[in-house]
Amino acid sequence: MSSPSSWIRNLTPITESLLAGVVGLVIGAFIMLAFGYNPLAAYRSLFVGSVGSVYSWAELFANATPLILTALTFAIAMRGGLFNIGAEGQLYMGALAAVSVSLLHLPAPFNWIVAILAAMVAGMIWSLPVALLKLGRGVHEVISTIMFNWIAHFFAFYLIANVLTDPQRGERTIAVSESARLTRVFPDATLSSGLFISLVTVGVIFFLLWRTSTGFEIRSVGYNPHASHYAGISIRKQVLRVFLIGGAIAGLAGAIVVMGRPPYYAVLSGLPQLVNLGFDGIGVAMIGRNHPIGIVFAAIFFGGLMTGGRIMQFDPGVPFELVRVIQGIIILALAIPELRRLFFLARERLAGRK
Amino acid sequence: MELTHLWGILFISLHAMVPITLAAIGETIEESAGLFNIGLEGILLFGALAGALGAQASGSALVGLLTGMGVGALIGLVFGTISTSLRGSQLISGVGINLLALGFVALMLSVMGAPGFHSVAREVQVPLIPLGVGNLSPLVPITVAIAIGVWWLLRRTQLGIWIRAVGENPAAADVAGIRVNRVRLGAAVAAGVLAGLAGAYLSIDWFGAVTKEITAGRGFIALAIVVFSGLNPLLALLGGFIFGFFDGLATWVATYPGIKDIIPWQFVAMMPYVVTLAVVAGMIGRVRFPSALGVPYLRE
Repeated sequence: MSSPSSWIRNLTPITESLLAGVVGLVIGAFIMLAFGYNPLAAYRSLFVGSVGSVYSWAELFANATPLILTALTFAIAMRGGLFNIGAEGQLYMGALAAVSVSLLHLPAPFNWIVAILAAMVAGMIWSLPVALLKLGRGVHEVISTIMFNWIAHFFAFYLIANVLTDPQRGERTIAVSESARLTRVFPDATLSSGLFISLVTVGVIFFLLWRTSTGFEIRSVGYNPHASHYAGISIRKQVLRVFLIGGAIAGLAGAIVVMGRPPYYAVLSGLPQLVNLGFDGIGVAMIGRNHPIGIVFAAIFFGGLMTGGRIMQFDPGVPFELVRVIQGIIILALAIPELRRLFFLARERLAGRK
Repeated sequence: MELTHLWGILFISLHAMVPITLAAIGETIEESAGLFNIGLEGILLFGALAGALGAQASGSALVGLLTGMGVGALIGLVFGTISTSLRGSQLISGVGINLLALGFVALMLSVMGAPGFHSVAREVQVPLIPLGVGNLSPLVPITVAIAIGVWWLLRRTQLGIWIRAVGENPAAADVAGIRVNRVRLGAAVAAGVLAGLAGAYLSIDWFGAVTKEITAGRGFIALAIVVFSGLNPLLALLGGFIFGFFDGLATWVATYPGIKDIIPWQFVAMMPYVVTLAVVAGMIGRVRFPSALGVPYLRE
């Protein structure tokens, strides 16, 4: 049996994520070959399209911004031993709450702060029943969060078509008032100051998890609920905390998308700018090993795939959906803890055959 | 309300019952053996695409259903292998299957030149049974038969005892000479076959088309029904009918003139999901799941 050198062993989680990424890209290349596309041309276009210019970097970070937040929602729950896949619905609610604040016509310094707070509260409200159903009735969060995602989906459709509708344009909501919009970092790029809000949130969650007693209790329950219970930690309190914090962050993600993404600054019918950001966040969290810093890098990777995927669609003409296939394969590869061992075993066998 | 409306709601309910129930019965086999697969939604989606392609390539609906089952078996095999001999995380691989399905089906639809929507010709759809009061899909009686068959399999056969043993106490089952991972792998493939059939039913029977959103959370509703049923396939059938009824009612209300003006369609569309939550919340507590559910078995 092969024994990887010790420095690799210390970097296990990082090598596992990198290896899964390589597996995803390689299998993705074979799928492209099977469909008659040139994988080298596609990957070159994807790479250049995502990191080839200042503009593409800005686009990449704009795509990564909400993913960092929805990934944090999933990661903090995983740290607490919970499988929260409800960021998707909480994100819709956050975006719509942020838009609705513009109906109040608040004075300039307050309106964006109130919009962000409203979005966080909306996310928490959407997350609270999940925690209560789990604590009161023992309903598994995988089931309840998915049901709430679908309820949010149709509720959002209702709000867009009937309550927050733009009087001139029926297919979208009213726009976020100009003074509540997040500042654009470059004049022509979509990147907004929302990135900094995301990064600050990363710092806050990192601090919370590893530098406070709350974080210690959350991680301790995730690691061993029975031992934590006997140590006097209230598991019920941690479950509530994890879902409420997660809901607030997912709501914030929705606010940042709608307040920071030109040109409409409104929620469009069918939610095209929001759909899947919550689910993509799950993938980002898994690749980032549920660690705030890892999540930033994983979100940059996913942001790059999304940005470059759009370019790849034009140049060699490979459909954007291939990016999602690659993401799925990466997650499947990540699920296999043996992957790294299998990889070294295969390498040894190949070396032995020479 | 006229009698024809009642028949209409009954038929829609029965048709809506089929995919949820088939997926739930598959998951019941799998969870009895100790595997928790949240990738059902993805298998349904793969099955829907495979069913449509198989039916069109062969010109036969039966081949379409078999293709859906075959592809479902393949995904079940991938999930089962990761969850048993590769000792992987069941939740993560389930998420991976869902993501992969979403991407792959969208990719295929896009390659076939119909981004987002691909309709299946009527000639290769499953022929319905005319019953005078309405047309019924043959999959409805087949689903009922499968529910009874799987109940019998799990409760009355040696294989059923093996399946439940590896879910309840894999170490003891191993000592008793049962190949734990092999039984679990078999259960995962069986679940894949049933979910694949459910997916093919969606595309070449019920809707007559493939879309990216065709599954609409049905894989997750099936998970909820497994909870409702307490791993009893006959109760899964009942649960499937209840949810089918609300699904059918939603479809009916959304098109019925007097009602659609009073209740916005979006609220009607939420109904199956709200009912799922309410029923699951009401059921839990009396239901007991296998002790080793979701835990990979490592021989010591």
